[in-house]
Amino acid sequence: MNESSAIAAIATRDFFKFLRDRSRLILSVLVPFLLLVLLGSTVQANLGHASGFNFIGFTFTGVLGLTIFQSSVQGIASLLDDRQNDFAREIFVAPVSRYSIVFGKILGETMVAIAQTIPLVALALVLRVAISPEQLVLMVPVALVSCLLGGSFGLVAMSLINSQQAANQVFNFLLLPQLFLAGVFTPIRVMPWYLEILSRLSPLRYVVDLFRDVLYAGRPEYRKVVLLDPVTNLATIALMFTVFMLAGTAMFVRRETNR
Amino acid sequence: MSLESYEGADAVDVERLVKRYRGAPDNAVDSISFRVGVGEVFALLGPNGAGKTTTISILTTTLAPTSGSVRIVGVDARRDPAAVRRQIGIIFQNPSLDMNLSGEENIRLHAILYGLYPYRPTYRMMPGDYRHHISQIAAMLGMESDLFRPVRKLSGGMRRKLEIIRGLMHRPRVLFLDEPTTGLDAASRRSLWAYLAEVRQRHETTIVLTTHYLEEAEAADRILILNHGQVAAQETPDQVRAQLGGEALEIDADDRAVLRRELVRLNLRFDENGRFLIYLDGRSAYELVRLLTTPLTVMRTRQASLEDVYLRILASE
Repeated sequence: MNESSAIAAIATRDFFKFLRDRSRLILSVLVPFLLLVLLGSTVQANLGHASGFNFIGFTFTGVLGLTIFQSSVQGIASLLDDRQNDFAREIFVAPVSRYSIVFGKILGETMVAIAQTIPLVALALVLRVAISPEQLVLMVPVALVSCLLGGSFGLVAMSLINSQQAANQVFNFLLLPQLFLAGVFTPIRVMPWYLEILSRLSPLRYVVDLFRDVLYAGRPEYRKVVLLDPVTNLATIALMFTVFMLAGTAMFVRRETNR
Repeated sequence: MSLESYEGADAVDVERLVKRYRGAPDNAVDSISFRVGVGEVFALLGPNGAGKTTTISILTTTLAPTSGSVRIVGVDARRDPAAVRRQIGIIFQNPSLDMNLSGEENIRLHAILYGLYPYRPTYRMMPGDYRHHISQIAAMLGMESDLFRPVRKLSGGMRRKLEIIRGLMHRPRVLFLDEPTTGLDAASRRSLWAYLAEVRQRHETTIVLTTHYLEEAEAADRILILNHGQVAAQETPDQVRAQLGGEALEIDADDRAVLRRELVRLNLRFDENGRFLIYLDGRSAYELVRLLTTPLTVMRTRQASLEDVYLRILASE
Protein backbone atom coordinates (compact mmCIF):
# COMPACT_ATOMS: atom_id res chain seq x y z
CA MET A 1 0.00 0.00 0.00
CA ASN A 2 2.73 2.39 0.98
CA GLU A 3 4.63 1.90 -2.28
CA SER A 4 1.61 2.70 -4.45
CA SER A 5 0.79 5.73 -2.30
CA ALA A 6 4.38 6.88 -2.63
CA ILE A 7 4.31 6.44 -6.40
CA ALA A 8 1.09 8.46 -6.61
CA ALA A 9 2.49 11.20 -4.37
CA ILE A 10 5.69 11.54 -6.38
CA ALA A 11 3.80 11.48 -9.67
CA THR A 12 1.20 14.10 -8.79
CA ARG A 13 3.87 16.40 -7.38
CA ASP A 14 5.32 16.75 -10.88
CA PHE A 15 1.91 17.26 -12.42
CA PHE A 16 0.95 20.05 -10.00
CA LYS A 17 4.28 21.71 -10.59
CA PHE A 18 3.58 21.74 -14.32
CA LEU A 19 0.13 23.27 -13.83
CA ARG A 20 1.70 26.08 -11.79
CA ASP A 21 4.49 26.80 -14.28
CA ARG A 22 3.02 29.51 -16.50
CA SER A 23 5.89 29.64 -19.01
CA ARG A 24 5.72 25.89 -19.60
CA LEU A 25 1.97 26.12 -20.09
CA ILE A 26 2.34 28.88 -22.66
CA LEU A 27 5.06 26.97 -24.52
CA SER A 28 2.90 23.89 -24.70
CA VAL A 29 0.36 25.90 -26.70
CA LEU A 30 2.84 27.91 -28.75
CA VAL A 31 5.12 25.12 -29.98
CA PRO A 32 2.39 22.97 -31.57
CA PHE A 33 1.02 26.10 -33.21
CA LEU A 34 4.40 26.87 -34.77
CA LEU A 35 5.04 23.36 -35.95
CA LEU A 36 1.57 22.52 -37.17
CA VAL A 37 0.46 25.80 -38.67
CA LEU A 38 3.73 27.26 -39.89
CA LEU A 39 5.62 24.11 -40.81
CA GLY A 40 2.86 21.61 -41.60
CA SER A 41 0.74 24.01 -43.65
CA THR A 42 3.69 25.31 -45.65
CA VAL A 43 4.98 21.88 -46.54
CA GLN A 44 1.46 20.76 -47.39
CA ALA A 45 0.94 23.73 -49.72
CA ASN A 46 4.20 23.09 -51.57
CA LEU A 47 4.71 19.32 -51.50
CA GLY A 48 1.39 17.83 -50.40
CA HIS A 49 0.07 17.27 -53.87
CA ALA A 50 3.23 15.61 -55.19
CA SER A 51 3.60 13.23 -52.21
CA GLY A 52 0.06 11.93 -52.34
CA PHE A 53 -0.71 12.38 -48.64
CA ASN A 54 -1.64 15.24 -46.31
CA PHE A 55 1.37 16.77 -44.59
CA ILE A 56 -0.62 18.40 -41.83
CA GLY A 57 -1.74 14.99 -40.62
CA PHE A 58 1.77 13.68 -41.08
CA THR A 59 3.31 16.55 -39.11
CA PHE A 60 0.58 16.24 -36.46
CA THR A 61 1.44 12.62 -35.68
CA GLY A 62 5.14 13.42 -35.79
CA VAL A 63 4.82 16.37 -33.41
CA LEU A 64 2.47 14.39 -31.17
CA GLY A 65 5.04 11.62 -30.79
CA LEU A 66 7.83 14.14 -30.36
CA THR A 67 6.01 16.23 -27.74
CA ILE A 68 5.23 13.21 -25.61
CA PHE A 69 8.63 11.61 -25.96
CA GLN A 70 10.59 14.81 -25.39
CA SER A 71 8.44 15.94 -22.51
CA SER A 72 8.96 12.69 -20.64
CA VAL A 73 12.68 12.61 -21.41
CA GLN A 74 13.15 16.11 -20.08
CA GLY A 75 10.85 15.53 -17.15
CA ILE A 76 13.21 12.86 -15.96
CA ALA A 77 16.03 15.35 -16.23
CA SER A 78 14.28 17.28 -13.48
CA LEU A 79 15.56 14.54 -11.16
CA LEU A 80 18.87 16.35 -11.61
CA ASP A 81 17.21 19.63 -10.73
CA ASP A 82 15.87 18.00 -7.60
CA ARG A 83 19.28 16.73 -6.73
CA GLN A 84 20.78 20.17 -7.07
CA ASN A 85 18.12 21.60 -4.80
CA ASP A 86 18.77 18.80 -2.33
CA PHE A 87 15.15 17.84 -2.63
CA ALA A 88 16.09 14.47 -4.13
CA ARG A 89 17.79 13.56 -0.86
CA GLU A 90 14.55 14.00 1.02
CA ILE A 91 12.98 11.48 -1.32
CA PHE A 92 15.97 9.17 -1.32
CA VAL A 93 16.13 8.84 2.45
CA ALA A 94 12.44 7.95 2.62
CA PRO A 95 11.72 4.26 3.25
CA VAL A 96 10.49 3.75 -0.32
CA SER A 97 11.93 1.47 -2.98
CA ARG A 98 14.20 3.10 -5.57
CA TYR A 99 12.10 1.57 -8.31
CA SER A 100 8.98 3.21 -6.89
CA ILE A 101 10.72 6.59 -6.89
CA VAL A 102 11.84 6.28 -10.50
CA PHE A 103 8.53 4.82 -11.61
CA GLY A 104 6.57 7.58 -9.81
CA LYS A 105 8.72 10.15 -11.52
CA ILE A 106 8.11 8.61 -14.95
CA LEU A 107 4.38 8.38 -14.25
CA GLY A 108 4.25 12.05 -13.24
CA GLU A 109 6.04 13.12 -16.37
CA THR A 110 3.64 10.94 -18.36
CA MET A 111 0.71 12.95 -17.00
CA VAL A 112 2.52 16.17 -17.84
CA ALA A 113 3.31 14.98 -21.36
CA ILE A 114 -0.26 13.93 -22.04
CA ALA A 115 -1.58 17.24 -20.72
CA GLN A 116 0.79 19.00 -23.09
CA THR A 117 -0.72 17.26 -26.11
CA ILE A 118 -4.23 18.57 -25.45
CA PRO A 119 -3.63 21.92 -27.23
CA LEU A 120 -1.93 20.05 -30.06
CA VAL A 121 -4.86 17.72 -30.63
CA ALA A 122 -7.32 20.61 -30.42
CA LEU A 123 -5.34 22.50 -33.02
CA ALA A 124 -5.22 19.44 -35.32
CA LEU A 125 -9.01 19.20 -35.13
CA VAL A 126 -9.30 22.89 -36.01
CA LEU A 127 -7.00 22.30 -39.00
CA ARG A 128 -9.33 19.47 -40.05
CA VAL A 129 -6.98 16.58 -39.60
CA ALA A 130 -9.34 13.62 -39.92
CA ILE A 131 -9.36 11.99 -36.48
CA SER A 132 -12.29 9.77 -35.59
CA PRO A 133 -13.41 9.45 -31.96
CA GLU A 134 -12.17 5.82 -31.96
CA GLN A 135 -8.74 6.96 -33.11
CA LEU A 136 -8.65 9.61 -30.43
CA VAL A 137 -9.40 6.99 -27.79
CA LEU A 138 -6.78 4.62 -29.23
CA MET A 139 -4.17 7.37 -29.06
CA VAL A 140 -4.38 7.45 -25.28
CA PRO A 141 -2.74 4.05 -24.70
CA VAL A 142 -0.25 4.84 -27.47
CA ALA A 143 0.63 8.05 -25.64
CA LEU A 144 1.07 6.14 -22.37
CA VAL A 145 3.38 3.64 -24.00
CA SER A 146 5.38 6.46 -25.60
CA CYS A 147 5.79 8.24 -22.26
CA LEU A 148 7.08 5.14 -20.57
CA LEU A 149 9.63 4.68 -23.33
CA GLY A 150 10.64 8.36 -23.18
CA GLY A 151 10.96 8.25 -19.41
CA SER A 152 13.12 5.15 -19.42
CA PHE A 153 15.26 6.59 -22.23
CA GLY A 154 15.70 9.80 -20.23
CA LEU A 155 16.73 7.79 -17.20
CA VAL A 156 19.56 6.09 -19.08
CA ALA A 157 20.69 9.37 -20.61
CA MET A 158 20.59 11.10 -17.24
CA SER A 159 22.60 8.42 -15.49
CA LEU A 160 25.46 9.24 -17.85
CA ILE A 161 25.65 12.92 -16.99
CA ASN A 162 26.39 15.06 -13.99
CA SER A 163 24.76 18.43 -13.91
CA GLN A 164 21.62 20.05 -15.22
CA GLN A 165 23.74 22.14 -17.56
CA ALA A 166 25.40 19.15 -19.14
CA ALA A 167 22.00 17.48 -19.20
CA ASN A 168 20.49 20.06 -21.51
CA GLN A 169 23.37 19.74 -23.92
CA VAL A 170 23.35 15.97 -23.88
CA PHE A 171 19.60 15.81 -24.28
CA ASN A 172 19.76 18.13 -27.27
CA PHE A 173 22.48 15.98 -28.74
CA LEU A 174 20.34 12.88 -28.23
CA LEU A 175 17.04 14.41 -29.35
CA LEU A 176 17.90 16.67 -32.27
CA PRO A 177 19.16 13.94 -34.66
CA GLN A 178 16.11 11.87 -33.78
CA LEU A 179 13.84 14.60 -35.16
CA PHE A 180 15.14 13.68 -38.60
CA LEU A 181 16.04 10.03 -38.09
CA ALA A 182 12.61 9.22 -36.68
CA GLY A 183 10.72 11.00 -39.46
CA VAL A 184 8.95 13.56 -37.32
CA PHE A 185 8.56 16.20 -40.06
CA THR A 186 9.84 14.42 -43.14
CA PRO A 187 9.19 10.97 -44.60
CA ILE A 188 12.01 8.45 -44.08
CA ARG A 189 10.84 5.55 -46.19
CA VAL A 190 14.00 5.78 -48.24
CA MET A 191 17.32 6.49 -46.52
CA PRO A 192 21.02 5.77 -47.11
CA TRP A 193 21.93 2.50 -45.35
CA TYR A 194 24.03 4.15 -42.62
CA LEU A 195 21.23 6.53 -41.69
CA GLU A 196 18.80 3.62 -41.81
CA ILE A 197 20.84 1.90 -39.09
CA LEU A 198 20.81 5.00 -36.90
CA SER A 199 17.12 5.49 -37.58
CA ARG A 200 16.31 1.98 -36.43
CA LEU A 201 18.14 2.67 -33.16
CA SER A 202 16.08 5.77 -32.51
CA PRO A 203 13.33 5.08 -29.94
CA LEU A 204 11.37 8.07 -31.22
CA ARG A 205 10.96 6.36 -34.60
CA TYR A 206 8.77 3.63 -33.11
CA VAL A 207 6.74 6.11 -31.08
CA VAL A 208 5.94 8.30 -34.08
CA ASP A 209 5.24 5.29 -36.27
CA LEU A 210 2.83 3.83 -33.74
CA PHE A 211 0.83 7.07 -33.78
CA ARG A 212 0.75 6.87 -37.56
CA ASP A 213 -0.40 3.26 -37.33
CA VAL A 214 -3.45 4.58 -35.49
CA LEU A 215 -4.17 7.70 -37.56
CA TYR A 216 -3.68 6.10 -40.97
CA ALA A 217 -5.27 2.71 -40.28
CA GLY A 218 -7.52 1.71 -43.18
CA ARG A 219 -6.62 4.74 -45.28
CA PRO A 220 -5.28 4.54 -48.84
CA GLU A 221 -2.09 6.45 -47.91
CA TYR A 222 -1.23 3.97 -45.09
CA ARG A 223 1.47 2.29 -47.17
CA LYS A 224 3.05 5.60 -48.11
CA VAL A 225 3.28 6.90 -44.57
CA VAL A 226 3.61 4.03 -42.08
CA LEU A 227 6.84 2.04 -41.71
CA LEU A 228 5.95 -0.91 -39.47
CA ASP A 229 2.77 -2.63 -38.32
CA PRO A 230 1.56 -1.79 -34.78
CA VAL A 231 2.52 -5.16 -33.29
CA THR A 232 6.14 -4.86 -34.40
CA ASN A 233 6.28 -1.27 -33.15
CA LEU A 234 4.80 -2.23 -29.80
CA ALA A 235 7.13 -5.19 -29.37
CA THR A 236 10.16 -3.03 -30.14
CA ILE A 237 8.99 -0.36 -27.70
CA ALA A 238 8.41 -2.97 -24.97
CA LEU A 239 11.89 -4.39 -25.48
CA MET A 240 13.55 -0.97 -25.43
CA PHE A 241 11.57 0.06 -22.34
CA THR A 242 12.60 -3.03 -20.40
CA VAL A 243 16.27 -2.63 -21.24
CA PHE A 244 16.33 1.13 -20.52
CA MET A 245 14.35 0.83 -17.30
CA LEU A 246 16.46 -1.92 -15.75
CA ALA A 247 19.78 -0.47 -16.84
CA GLY A 248 18.77 3.12 -16.09
CA THR A 249 17.47 2.53 -12.57
CA ALA A 250 20.44 0.36 -11.65
CA MET A 251 22.86 2.98 -12.97
CA PHE A 252 21.03 5.83 -11.33
CA VAL A 253 20.83 4.20 -7.90
CA ARG A 254 24.44 3.13 -8.03
CA ARG A 255 25.54 6.61 -8.98
CA GLU A 256 23.51 8.13 -6.16
CA THR A 257 25.10 5.99 -3.44
CA ASN A 258 28.59 5.21 -4.79
CA ARG A 259 29.99 8.65 -5.17
CA MET B 1 9.77 -5.09 20.32
CA SER B 2 10.18 -4.06 16.74
CA LEU B 3 11.51 -6.70 14.38
CA GLU B 4 13.74 -4.16 12.75
CA SER B 5 15.69 -2.96 15.72
CA TYR B 6 17.31 -4.42 18.75
CA GLU B 7 16.25 -3.33 22.19
CA GLY B 8 19.21 -2.17 24.21
CA ALA B 9 21.30 -1.42 21.14
CA ASP B 10 23.10 1.90 20.88
CA ALA B 11 21.35 4.50 18.78
CA VAL B 12 24.42 4.72 16.57
CA ASP B 13 27.36 2.35 16.45
CA VAL B 14 30.17 3.14 14.00
CA GLU B 15 33.18 0.85 13.67
CA ARG B 16 36.30 1.78 11.66
CA LEU B 17 34.35 3.69 9.05
CA VAL B 18 36.27 4.66 5.92
CA LYS B 19 35.10 6.64 2.90
CA ARG B 20 37.23 7.49 -0.06
CA TYR B 21 35.44 9.30 -2.89
CA ARG B 22 36.00 7.98 -6.37
CA GLY B 23 39.24 9.39 -7.76
CA ALA B 24 40.22 11.13 -4.51
CA PRO B 25 43.79 10.65 -3.28
CA ASP B 26 42.86 10.62 0.43
CA ASN B 27 40.15 9.22 2.62
CA ALA B 28 37.42 11.76 3.37
CA VAL B 29 36.61 9.73 6.48
CA ASP B 30 39.57 7.79 7.77
CA SER B 31 38.72 4.88 10.05
CA ILE B 32 36.55 6.56 12.66
CA SER B 33 34.68 4.72 15.42
CA PHE B 34 32.10 6.04 17.86
CA ARG B 35 28.88 5.19 19.64
CA VAL B 36 25.86 7.25 20.55
CA GLY B 37 23.57 6.07 23.35
CA VAL B 38 19.78 6.24 23.16
CA GLY B 39 18.47 9.71 24.02
CA GLU B 40 21.87 11.38 23.81
CA VAL B 41 22.68 14.62 22.03
CA PHE B 42 25.87 13.97 20.12
CA ALA B 43 27.78 16.66 18.23
CA LEU B 44 30.20 16.10 15.37
CA LEU B 45 32.48 19.07 15.34
CA GLY B 46 35.15 20.08 12.88
CA PRO B 47 36.23 22.59 10.27
CA ASN B 48 34.90 22.50 6.71
CA GLY B 49 36.10 19.42 4.87
CA ALA B 50 36.74 17.46 8.06
CA GLY B 51 34.33 14.72 6.97
CA LYS B 52 31.23 15.64 8.98
CA THR B 53 28.75 15.68 6.12
CA THR B 54 30.29 12.58 4.58
CA THR B 55 29.83 10.76 7.90
CA ILE B 56 26.21 11.89 8.23
CA SER B 57 25.49 10.87 4.63
CA ILE B 58 26.78 7.36 5.30
CA LEU B 59 24.87 7.11 8.57
CA THR B 60 21.67 8.08 6.78
CA THR B 61 22.25 5.56 3.93
CA THR B 62 22.52 8.10 1.12
CA LEU B 63 26.19 7.36 0.58
CA ALA B 64 27.90 3.97 0.51
CA PRO B 65 30.97 3.59 2.76
CA THR B 66 34.27 2.25 1.41
CA SER B 67 34.66 -0.01 4.45
CA GLY B 68 33.69 -0.33 8.09
CA SER B 69 30.34 -0.94 9.75
CA VAL B 70 27.45 1.31 10.69
CA ARG B 71 24.55 0.23 12.87
CA ILE B 72 21.58 2.45 13.61
CA VAL B 73 19.44 1.23 16.54
CA GLY B 74 21.07 -2.14 15.97
CA VAL B 75 20.27 -2.35 12.25
CA ASP B 76 23.13 -2.73 9.77
CA ALA B 77 22.94 0.30 7.48
CA ARG B 78 24.59 -1.53 4.63
CA ARG B 79 22.57 -4.69 4.76
CA ASP B 80 19.16 -3.17 5.43
CA PRO B 81 19.14 0.51 4.49
CA ALA B 82 15.33 0.57 4.16
CA ALA B 83 14.88 -0.50 7.79
CA VAL B 84 17.36 2.17 8.89
CA ARG B 85 15.49 4.82 6.91
CA ARG B 86 12.29 4.03 8.79
CA GLN B 87 14.03 4.74 12.10
CA ILE B 88 15.70 8.02 11.28
CA GLY B 89 14.87 11.60 10.45
CA ILE B 90 17.23 13.94 8.65
CA ILE B 91 17.58 17.67 8.40
CA PHE B 92 20.03 18.43 5.62
CA GLN B 93 22.63 21.16 5.52
CA ASN B 94 20.98 22.75 2.49
CA PRO B 95 17.24 23.28 2.43
CA SER B 96 15.53 20.24 0.97
CA LEU B 97 12.01 21.61 0.64
CA ASP B 98 10.35 21.73 -2.74
CA MET B 99 10.19 25.48 -3.30
CA ASN B 100 7.33 25.24 -5.79
CA LEU B 101 5.03 23.48 -3.38
CA SER B 102 3.35 24.90 -0.30
CA GLY B 103 4.51 24.01 3.21
CA GLU B 104 1.51 21.77 3.67
CA GLU B 105 2.20 19.98 0.37
CA ASN B 106 5.79 19.37 1.41
CA ILE B 107 4.63 17.91 4.69
CA ARG B 108 1.96 15.82 2.98
CA LEU B 109 4.48 14.33 0.56
CA HIS B 110 6.72 13.39 3.47
CA ALA B 111 3.86 11.87 5.45
CA ILE B 112 2.82 9.75 2.49
CA LEU B 113 6.37 8.65 1.66
CA TYR B 114 6.76 7.44 5.25
CA GLY B 115 3.47 5.56 5.10
CA LEU B 116 1.76 7.66 7.78
CA TYR B 117 -1.26 8.39 5.60
CA PRO B 118 -2.58 6.98 2.32
CA TYR B 119 -2.27 9.10 -0.81
CA ARG B 120 -4.97 11.68 -1.54
CA PRO B 121 -4.58 14.29 -4.28
CA THR B 122 -5.72 17.31 -2.25
CA TYR B 123 -5.53 18.60 1.31
CA ARG B 124 -9.31 18.52 1.70
CA MET B 125 -9.41 14.84 0.82
CA MET B 126 -6.82 13.89 3.44
CA PRO B 127 -8.09 12.15 6.62
CA GLY B 128 -9.32 14.31 9.49
CA ASP B 129 -6.46 13.46 11.84
CA TYR B 130 -3.96 14.58 9.21
CA ARG B 131 -5.69 17.95 8.94
CA HIS B 132 -5.78 18.18 12.71
CA HIS B 133 -2.03 17.48 12.80
CA ILE B 134 -1.46 20.24 10.23
CA SER B 135 -3.40 22.77 12.24
CA GLN B 136 -1.29 21.88 15.28
CA ILE B 137 1.88 22.38 13.29
CA ALA B 138 0.63 25.68 11.93
CA ALA B 139 -0.22 26.90 15.43
CA MET B 140 3.16 25.81 16.76
CA LEU B 141 4.95 27.68 13.96
CA GLY B 142 2.59 30.62 14.19
CA MET B 143 1.94 30.45 10.46
CA GLU B 144 -1.73 29.54 10.06
CA SER B 145 -2.26 30.70 6.47
CA ASP B 146 1.39 30.79 5.42
CA LEU B 147 1.50 27.02 5.54
CA PHE B 148 -0.56 27.01 2.36
CA ARG B 149 1.65 29.46 0.50
CA PRO B 150 4.59 28.38 -1.67
CA VAL B 151 7.63 27.67 0.49
CA ARG B 152 9.60 30.04 -1.73
CA LYS B 153 7.81 32.94 -0.05
CA LEU B 154 8.68 31.96 3.54
CA SER B 155 11.62 33.29 5.55
CA GLY B 156 14.76 31.20 6.06
CA GLY B 157 13.93 30.59 9.71
CA MET B 158 10.40 29.45 8.89
CA ARG B 159 11.68 27.06 6.24
CA ARG B 160 14.18 25.55 8.63
CA LYS B 161 11.52 24.97 11.26
CA LEU B 162 9.22 23.51 8.69
CA GLU B 163 11.94 21.07 7.66
CA ILE B 164 12.55 20.05 11.22
CA ILE B 165 8.88 19.48 11.90
CA ARG B 166 8.67 17.49 8.70
CA GLY B 167 11.71 15.45 9.71
CA LEU B 168 10.07 14.60 13.05
CA MET B 169 6.63 13.70 11.70
CA HIS B 170 7.27 9.98 11.54
CA ARG B 171 8.69 9.95 15.10
CA PRO B 172 12.23 8.92 14.19
CA ARG B 173 14.30 7.31 16.93
CA VAL B 174 17.42 9.07 15.75
CA LEU B 175 17.34 12.58 14.32
CA PHE B 176 20.32 13.67 12.22
CA LEU B 177 20.91 17.37 11.79
CA ASP B 178 23.61 18.55 9.40
CA GLU B 179 24.57 22.11 10.37
CA PRO B 180 20.97 22.81 11.33
CA THR B 181 21.34 26.45 12.29
CA THR B 182 23.52 27.65 9.41
CA GLY B 183 22.02 30.85 8.04
CA LEU B 184 19.64 31.42 10.95
CA ASP B 185 19.67 34.51 13.12
CA ALA B 186 20.31 34.20 16.85
CA ALA B 187 16.63 34.31 17.82
CA SER B 188 15.68 31.55 15.35
CA ARG B 189 18.63 29.48 16.55
CA ARG B 190 17.50 29.75 20.15
CA SER B 191 13.89 28.86 19.46
CA LEU B 192 15.02 25.94 17.33
CA TRP B 193 17.10 24.57 20.17
CA ALA B 194 14.26 25.01 22.62
CA TYR B 195 12.04 23.02 20.31
CA LEU B 196 14.63 20.26 19.89
CA ALA B 197 15.12 20.02 23.65
CA GLU B 198 11.38 19.56 24.06
CA VAL B 199 11.22 16.85 21.38
CA ARG B 200 14.10 15.03 22.93
CA GLN B 201 12.52 15.07 26.34
CA ARG B 202 9.11 13.98 25.15
CA HIS B 203 10.11 11.16 22.79
CA GLU B 204 13.62 10.20 23.95
CA THR B 205 14.80 11.03 20.46
CA THR B 206 18.53 10.64 19.96
CA ILE B 207 20.03 13.67 18.25
CA VAL B 208 23.19 13.56 16.16
CA LEU B 209 24.26 16.90 14.78
CA THR B 210 27.16 18.45 12.96
CA THR B 211 28.04 22.01 13.69
CA HIS B 212 30.80 24.53 13.74
CA TYR B 213 29.09 26.66 16.34
CA LEU B 214 30.91 25.79 19.53
CA GLU B 215 28.10 26.97 21.77
CA GLU B 216 25.89 24.32 20.20
CA ALA B 217 28.47 21.66 20.84
CA GLU B 218 28.70 22.81 24.49
CA ALA B 219 25.04 21.84 24.86
CA ALA B 220 25.70 18.29 23.62
CA ASP B 221 26.10 15.35 25.99
CA ARG B 222 29.14 14.22 24.08
CA ILE B 223 31.19 15.64 21.26
CA LEU B 224 33.49 14.21 18.65
CA ILE B 225 35.98 16.49 16.97
CA LEU B 226 36.87 15.47 13.44
CA ASN B 227 39.87 16.77 11.59
CA HIS B 228 41.10 15.52 8.20
CA GLY B 229 38.63 12.66 8.43
CA GLN B 230 40.04 11.40 11.72
CA VAL B 231 38.86 11.57 15.32
CA ALA B 232 40.83 14.33 17.04
CA ALA B 233 38.95 14.13 20.34
CA GLN B 234 35.89 12.38 21.69
CA GLU B 235 34.24 12.76 25.11
CA THR B 236 31.90 15.05 27.01
CA PRO B 237 32.60 18.74 26.46
CA ASP B 238 34.01 18.93 30.02
CA GLN B 239 36.28 15.94 29.51
CA VAL B 240 37.60 17.25 26.22
CA ARG B 241 38.32 20.55 27.89
CA ALA B 242 40.04 18.88 30.80
CA GLN B 243 42.05 16.47 28.69
CA LEU B 244 43.20 18.87 26.09
CA GLY B 245 42.70 22.26 27.53
CA GLY B 246 42.90 22.36 31.27
CA GLU B 247 43.99 25.57 32.92
CA ALA B 248 45.51 28.26 30.84
CA LEU B 249 47.31 31.51 31.49
CA GLU B 250 45.96 34.47 29.63
CA ILE B 251 48.31 37.42 29.20
CA ASP B 252 48.59 40.55 27.12
CA ALA B 253 51.02 43.43 26.73
CA ASP B 254 50.97 46.90 25.22
CA ASP B 255 53.74 45.83 22.92
CA ARG B 256 52.43 42.54 21.58
CA ALA B 257 55.27 42.08 19.08
CA VAL B 258 57.82 42.08 21.89
CA LEU B 259 55.78 39.67 23.99
CA ARG B 260 55.33 37.38 21.00
CA ARG B 261 59.08 37.35 20.33
CA GLU B 262 59.78 36.59 23.95
CA LEU B 263 57.31 33.68 24.04
CA VAL B 264 58.85 32.22 20.89
CA ARG B 265 62.37 32.65 22.31
CA LEU B 266 61.33 30.88 25.53
CA ASN B 267 59.89 28.08 23.42
CA LEU B 268 56.47 28.38 25.12
CA ARG B 269 53.56 27.11 23.01
CA PHE B 270 50.73 29.62 22.87
CA ASP B 271 47.53 30.41 21.02
CA GLU B 272 46.93 33.95 19.95
CA ASN B 273 43.30 34.84 19.86
CA GLY B 274 43.22 38.55 20.65
CA ARG B 275 45.24 37.87 23.81
CA PHE B 276 47.89 35.22 24.37
CA LEU B 277 46.82 31.90 25.84
CA ILE B 278 49.43 29.54 27.29
CA TYR B 279 48.29 26.11 28.50
CA LEU B 280 49.77 25.35 31.89
CA ASP B 281 50.01 21.59 31.30
CA GLY B 282 50.92 20.99 34.97
CA ARG B 283 53.16 24.02 35.44
CA SER B 284 52.16 26.82 37.78
CA ALA B 285 51.20 30.24 36.47
CA TYR B 286 53.83 31.85 38.71
CA GLU B 287 56.55 29.71 37.14
CA LEU B 288 55.63 30.95 33.69
CA VAL B 289 55.18 34.60 34.57
CA ARG B 290 58.60 34.70 36.26
CA LEU B 291 60.21 33.85 32.92
CA LEU B 292 58.79 36.94 31.25
CA THR B 293 60.39 40.37 31.21
CA THR B 294 57.89 42.16 28.92
CA PRO B 295 55.58 44.41 30.99
CA LEU B 296 52.15 42.71 31.04
CA THR B 297 48.84 44.56 30.97
CA VAL B 298 46.66 41.48 31.53
CA MET B 299 47.50 38.41 33.55
CA ARG B 300 45.02 35.83 34.75
CA THR B 301 44.40 32.11 34.69
CA ARG B 302 41.20 30.56 33.42
CA GLN B 303 39.66 27.24 32.45
CA ALA B 304 40.08 26.73 28.69
CA SER B 305 36.82 27.04 26.79
CA LEU B 306 35.82 24.47 24.23
CA GLU B 307 36.68 27.00 21.59
CA ASP B 308 40.26 27.29 22.92
CA VAL B 309 40.56 23.52 22.82
CA TYR B 310 39.08 23.31 19.38
CA LEU B 311 41.51 25.88 18.00
CA ARG B 312 44.38 24.15 19.73
CA ILE B 313 43.49 20.80 18.19
CA LEU B 314 43.13 22.25 14.74
CA ALA B 315 46.42 24.12 15.04
CA SER B 316 48.34 21.06 16.19
CA GLU B 317 47.31 18.88 13.26
